[in-house]
This record gives sequence, structure tokens and C-alpha cells, in this order.
Amino acid sequence: MLVLPCPWCGPRNEDEFHNAGDAHKQRPFDPERLTDAEWCDYLYVPANPKGWLLERWWHVAGCQRWFSLERHTVTHEVRPVPENKAFREKQQ
Amino acid sequence: MHRYSLSRLIRNALSGHTQWPQVWRTPDPKPAYDVVIIGGGGHGLGAAYYLASEHGITNVAVLEKSWIGSGNTARNTMTIRDNYLHAPSVRLHRESMKLWRGLGRALNFNIMLHERGMITFLQSDAQVAHATRMAATMAVFGSPYILLSLRELRRRVPHYVDSVRMPVQAAIYHPKVAMARHDALAWGLARAADARGVDIIQNCEVTGIVQENGRVAAVETTRGLIRANKIGMAVAGHGSVVARMAGIKLPVETWPLQAFVSTPMKPVLNEIFVVAAYFNYFMQSDKGELVAGGVTDPYPSYAQRGTPAIVEDVVSGMLDVFPMFARVKLMRQWAGMLDITYDNSPIISQTSLPGFTIDVAGSGGWKTTPIAARMHADLIARGRPDPLIVPFGLHRFATGRLIREGGVDASR
Repeated sequence: MLVLPCPWCGPRNEDEFHNAGDAHKQRPFDPERLTDAEWCDYLYVPANPKGWLLERWWHVAGCQRWFSLERHTVTHEVRPVPENKAFREKQQ
Repeated sequence: MHRYSLSRLIRNALSGHTQWPQVWRTPDPKPAYDVVIIGGGGHGLGAAYYLASEHGITNVAVLEKSWIGSGNTARNTMTIRDNYLHAPSVRLHRESMKLWRGLGRALNFNIMLHERGMITFLQSDAQVAHATRMAATMAVFGSPYILLSLRELRRRVPHYVDSVRMPVQAAIYHPKVAMARHDALAWGLARAADARGVDIIQNCEVTGIVQENGRVAAVETTRGLIRANKIGMAVAGHGSVVARMAGIKLPVETWPLQAFVSTPMKPVLNEIFVVAAYFNYFMQSDKGELVAGGVTDPYPSYAQRGTPAIVEDVVSGMLDVFPMFARVKLMRQWAGMLDITYDNSPIISQTSLPGFTIDVAGSGGWKTTPIAARMHADLIARGRPDPLIVPFGLHRFATGRLIREGGVDASR
């Protein structure tokens, strides 16, 4: 059972959250210009690392906040990700 | 191969079962093979077995990082069924069920296959409509999927209790659903492949995939470099990890799927049961334990344990129709790793790297083991996919011809 750090509510039980997948992906700026392979990559190929994964969570049964965190996919350790600057840098 | 028979059993009984020969060899890896299979589970051992038995390719090694059948071959709930929604899936699973039926005899090994039948409780109009549609699809392929009235359901299952929250409206019966023993499958395939000359190399983890002149050339392992210009990957749960070694990004994500068993009790359930409203299933094993499972965990993970919230959901669904199990005690719990594709269908395919083929993402690949292994072997031997598996190629993600099976699995 995970205890996830909601930026608004603090640590809460995983039951209150919805996992929304990879956080590193950005929707391509101009999908019309992509090849099928590139579009496929965006739609269907998740990062799926065996290790630290940057992902989105939704505190759906709580304050409704969306946020990102890093979770280790083997040990299930979680660590918060600063919402703004550091996170955007990581994306690039 | 040392054939198993009644007379041999009697002879060995007279010598106190101390004279049985070793079932397969433990060879050291040779420097090169014609084909290397990565993964010593049902799919990998099966691919080697079919390469040797149907294509005469016996200079084959199966590399397993642990002991054979120790991965997700041992982490499923052993159910074999073909109730799917789309034609390519029904066809594939139906062919698989045919192979399963003949496998014990072909391998001269008792895989403990037995038909149990599966009954799905339907608790809403939508579920009845969906089941009716699936029955129509399956009728096209000659697979019986029978809607049961409440009276017929009560006759077959006299001890179920109607749900207060969601009254049972009907049920759908799949008489051909079978179970087989997972260890027996791995051992039977290993024994038959070994007898035909295949090297089964355990405790040998693949750590890298070597390319030369634009095609696959060798694997780096914890037991040294092994050369082969045809390499087949039959890995579950870690498919994307191994494929990355070959520079291939697979459209799969690793999700845990849990199951658990109770302490053993006397026979009480004959069929396998699914409570559609809860997306769970349960049955009684040959050993008398209740076996139950449900949906995948709520987030992707490589940790082979799973979250307790799922256990609670599954148990509440089971108790809704069988409250008599309320005081049964759980004994073991585990999580298998699924490589889940966006469309919940397997990938049996060539890749962008010539010579490197994959058989992954069964989304619970136990039931497809024989057919996937046979088709993978065929793909390796002939270099082109059989029409049966063309729809399951990697190309489907770029072309958009997905085989959307999410939601029809018994468990989700």
C-alpha cells in the first residue's frame, strides 16, 4: 500500500488516487507533421523503466489535485517532484 | 527420450523409485547456436520444442536467468479459455486450446489438463448484452458459449446466493475452459526439447544483445558471449527491458496481476466462476484451495507483490455470491508481471532488428503458450509470420489496426 504525498493534503493512502501514467510525455506540437511511427511512439510506447518513473497522479477521492511524483517501480519508494521549474527542466 | 509408461512406473516402483534417470541435461553453453531463445518459461521452452520437433532445428539454446518455469509461468492461475471478442483473438486462442488438448500425449508428460467449465455471473443488462454478443462471435468459430437462465444457473450452482446490491440476471457458461498444471507444462516441454538436442541453460541471464552488420549476432550473458544469428525473445514482464538491449522500444507496460489462495478444503466448487460486476474470478484447485484473482493493480510496477486493496475487492466480490466463504483463511498471495499492450493483445512478431523476433505481452500469456510458441518457432524457422499471427505483429500500432480486447478478459 502506497502513501502518496499530495501537494495540498499531504501524505494520503493510495486508494484515494488515480494513476495517470507517464509524466514525461509531451503531446507533439503538430501531430499532422508526424510519421506514423512517431505518432505510434507518442500514443502507445510508455517509458516503462525498471527503476525511477516520473508519473502523473490525480487525487480523485480527495482534493482533486493533479500532480507529478517519482516512484521506483521495483521498491515502490516515492519522492515528490517540485511542481514548477525543476520538473519542466527534467522534461527537456 | 526415456518414455514414461505404466510398465516403467511399475519397474521403477520395484526399485523404490531410486533408478529414474535425470529428466534433462544441464549443459554448459556452447559458443554458438543456430537459434538462441531468451526466456525459459512456457513460451521459450515451447518455441525450442517446436523448432526441434516441427522444423528440425535442434542446435538451439534456451537461456533462463533463474530456473525454468520460475517466472510468470508459475505466477498465473492456470486457466485456459478462448472467450474473446475479435476474430483474430478467438482464432488464436481456439488454436491454442486444440494444441493444449494434445500436448500431454505429444510430450509424453502429464500436464494435468482437465476441463472445468467457466460460469460468469451477469448482473446488469449491459453485461447480458455483451455476453450475448461474445457468444455470437464465438459461435462463428464453433466455440460454445452458452447463456444460462436463472433456473439453469440454480440447477448447476445450487449454492450461490443472489446479490442484494446487484441481483444476478443470467449467467454465461463456457464449457470448454480447462486448467493445466504450470510446472508440468514447463517440465514437459523442457524434457521433450532436451531429448531432441536443445540445450536448456539455467542461471544464465542475458545482459546485452550484440548487433553486427545491421542484424542480431550474439547475446552477452552472465555465462559469457553466445553467438546466434537468430534470437527469439519469449520474456514476460521484462519484455521491454530485454528489448531495450536490442535498441527496440516496445509498446508495453509492466503491470502486476495478483492472485491468492485459501487454505485447502473439501470439494465445493466445480466450475471456475467470474463475477462480472466485480471483475474477479475464483475456483477451487485440485488441492482444494480456493484460488482467486481480479484486475491488474492500479499502477504499473515490476515489484512481484501487489497492493492489498485488490485482495479486498476480489474477496468482496466473491462473498457477494458465495457468503459461505466469509471465514475461509487466505494462505498465499502473489503477483505475476504482465506486459500490457494498449489493446491487451499479444505481440508475436519480427522487429526492426533482422533476426530478432519477439513473443511477448500475452496480457496473461499462459493460455496462449502452445500456439504462441509454435507460431514463434515457425516465424524463426521460415522468417515470415503465419497468417494466424499476422494481426499480432508490431506493425499494428503504427497502422492503427489494433485488436482491442481490453474488458473481455475474465479479470478485467
